[in-house]
Amino acid sequence: MKAIVNVYLKEGVLDPQGKAAHHALESMNFKGVKDVRIGKQIVIQLETNDKEEAEKEVKEMCETLLANTVIEDYTIEIVQ
Amino acid sequence: MKVAVLRFPGTNCEFDTQYAFEKLGHQTELVWHREEELPSDIDLVVVPGGFSYGDYLRSGSIARFSPVMKAVIAYADRGGSVLGICNGFQILTEAGLLPGALKRNNNLHFISKYQHLKVVSSDNAFLNKCNEEEILNIPIAHADGNYYIDDEELAKMEENGQILLRYCDDQGNRTVVNGSVTSIAGICNENKNVFGLMPHPERAMESILGSEDGIKMLQGFEQ
Repeated sequence: MKAIVNVYLKEGVLDPQGKAAHHALESMNFKGVKDVRIGKQIVIQLETNDKEEAEKEVKEMCETLLANTVIEDYTIEIVQ
Repeated sequence: MKVAVLRFPGTNCEFDTQYAFEKLGHQTELVWHREEELPSDIDLVVVPGGFSYGDYLRSGSIARFSPVMKAVIAYADRGGSVLGICNGFQILTEAGLLPGALKRNNNLHFISKYQHLKVVSSDNAFLNKCNEEEILNIPIAHADGNYYIDDEELAKMEENGQILLRYCDDQGNRTVVNGSVTSIAGICNENKNVFGLMPHPERAMESILGSEDGIKMLQGFEQ
């Protein structure tokens, strides 16, 4: 199985890279951009075929290493 | 005093740190990150600056899981003194030994320059040779020094004297350098035995090179 983890700075924590990209889009005349957040995507290949087990394990990976939960939120998507 | 200076792949301030403490008359020992124990009879552990593990994932996030860090956490839990400078500060926040986190600088630049700092609290084992409100001039060199802590935790830290240093101008007025919450440059833990700061006192040991304000900072641990 494959896990796709997305990590972003939490709402309310200023994202300097997102803000810089937002300003750049505005200066290029892309109107109506309300907010830009830049995060990272981590793709993990797993040996298990048990979705529940995969989710549990990847959640632990996120909590310990992949995200710093003081400033970041994460989402996990398990795909075949 | 005997000082253990940690070394991870990518650390680059370990020799400056050794030089600084040896200049003050102390013994130092480099400790490789694979070690599972710290040398016996040490008085201080310094986690020096650099780019451990290339700053991959997040600055300090991988170094935090090195074998030696287990020993450092145990040492700190027993009340031992730990000082993290720059990347060392990032490693200590990632390890949970210090509150908060360090984000990318708000202007996205690597900032390398002399910077004035105001001593906020000197009632601790680190800054006791400095006076509160004193203005120091110490080099900074970092891309991820933007300290974040939520308002509730910040209030607790202020109450407990855990805010050690803030960025300021030469008159002592608070300045925005990297976007840190309330311009914080250095902090300590609740028990006041673990210290972290982004500026580099070990690079401010000679007036001929710009500043010797680092001396009285590092001398604080002599007691």
